[in-house]
Amino acid sequence: MGGRLEGKVALITGAARGIGRAQAVRFAEEGSDIIALDVCGSVDTVIIPPSTPADLDETARLVEAAGGRIVSEVVDVRDLDGLQAATDRGVERLGGLDVVCATAGITSRSGTVEMDEAVWQTMLDVNLTGVWHTCKASAPHLIAGGSGSVILISSIAGLRGLVGVGHYTAAKHGVVGLMRSLANELAPHNIRVNSIHPTNVDTPLIQNAVVSSAFRPDLDRPPTREEFAEAARPMNMLPIPWVEPIDVANACLFLASEEARYITAVALPVDAGSTQR
Amino acid sequence: MSGLLNKVVVVTGAGRGTGRTHCERFAAEGADVIALDIPSAATDLCVTSAEVEKRGRRCVTGVADVSDLDALTTAVDAGVAELGRLDVVVANAGIHLAGAPTWELTQEAWRRTLDVNLTGVWHTVKASVTHFGKDGGSIVIISSTNGLRGTANTAHYTSSKHAVVGLARTLANELGPRRIRVNTVLPGAVGTAMTLNEATFKRLRPDLDQPTADDVAPILVARQLLPVPWVEPVDVSNAVVFLASEEGRYITGAQLVVDAGLTQKA
Repeated sequence: MGGRLEGKVALITGAARGIGRAQAVRFAEEGSDIIALDVCGSVDTVIIPPSTPADLDETARLVEAAGGRIVSEVVDVRDLDGLQAATDRGVERLGGLDVVCATAGITSRSGTVEMDEAVWQTMLDVNLTGVWHTCKASAPHLIAGGSGSVILISSIAGLRGLVGVGHYTAAKHGVVGLMRSLANELAPHNIRVNSIHPTNVDTPLIQNAVVSSAFRPDLDRPPTREEFAEAARPMNMLPIPWVEPIDVANACLFLASEEARYITAVALPVDAGSTQR
Repeated sequence: MSGLLNKVVVVTGAGRGTGRTHCERFAAEGADVIALDIPSAATDLCVTSAEVEKRGRRCVTGVADVSDLDALTTAVDAGVAELGRLDVVVANAGIHLAGAPTWELTQEAWRRTLDVNLTGVWHTVKASVTHFGKDGGSIVIISSTNGLRGTANTAHYTSSKHAVVGLARTLANELGPRRIRVNTVLPGAVGTAMTLNEATFKRLRPDLDQPTADDVAPILVARQLLPVPWVEPVDVSNAVVFLASEEGRYITGAQLVVDAGLTQKA
């Protein structure tokens, strides 16, 4: 199609890699300019390798190669003031705001009962409060523009419980509630709010020893990619172990575009059938 | 991009309303169309066919009532024989007969509604699924916001639309291993004759002698989150095309609501 977001500006958190990067590049291919935000550093309690400034630079390079303008900043979604300032600067430089993707998220693992308080709190701070911050910082710009589309990245864990990630499941369910309230509040301003619920996505969030080992408790070492895939496949209805970041980005593109102009308050799974089996 | 170029889609209820716009949108994405509807809609089907051809694609029309498995199978087989393959099924045909409190519904209205809206969808899948190739395919079943919640005086319709969600969930499990995806689209009020008709107008505005669409619009607006009275047929078609396209390749077993927020209004 091409041009499905012509002349639009999209703000994306967690844009340095994974789903966030895929959104930035896919949206740019369709004519959008991008405000790319990422923490580009480690977060306490999170054991997966952190995103880096070099990752964010690579997103910028890919967006520009796709023909989009990009403003990128290093900011932590837990820092409301910093997020507000970065959002305001991006909107100022690119001349408006039309689409918001609250994508930044973390993962960690622990049984719910034995969980350390810091693990719990950090999860809520990033995956739930960070999403609220993103909405709070950006909604006034959308309201000022008179329209918009907000997409919150939840998870299949926003629709069902997953073992060993009670804090993640709680936060991702919380995002659905936030989405439903916000959709009611922003509809009079012609702003739509929806959530996306991916199954495992082939990003650093799952491709690490902690997550992959949880899928293969039978091994006394982290599984290979193929051993992990074998164990992950039965989660999904379709015969695949995980989806690609582009699949999540395509669903977001649809929701961001005019084609979905009357779709709001919807929880859209991109889960290869995982929640329905 | 959509991956629908040179694919073949079968659409039931293709003569008018959202069925026609599905055909138009698929043709615009480069797909050929098998357009089916009941015998009395033969003239409407000619219009649909012309719209598909206007977009540079082929259209094979067929008449069959979806409640008649043999007639439907014959029509699907003929379309596939002519167009050479089948990749997408849109089970769109549906009826909304006059309602009544559940205990006053006639057996005829109940049976006919289930025959078309539920058994007709099962027939459509049954007649089509064997034609899918080894690359799999996509089935989109049109349910309704009444597939998620009930409204007064629609037990026949609401039951049938809930039931197709169950059917889709089972099918998605059965067909996933063959890379055939099964999803439902659930429209709210759509600007077609099924919503915009005299009976609806009178039900919503009993205070007026001859109410019109304009008279009921404010009532419908007030029910939804977005400030519109109904969605247009093309909005439903856009959702169907998205699910059927390569962009939705890993979406299955999902319910996608297209209702301007009708079901989520606080």
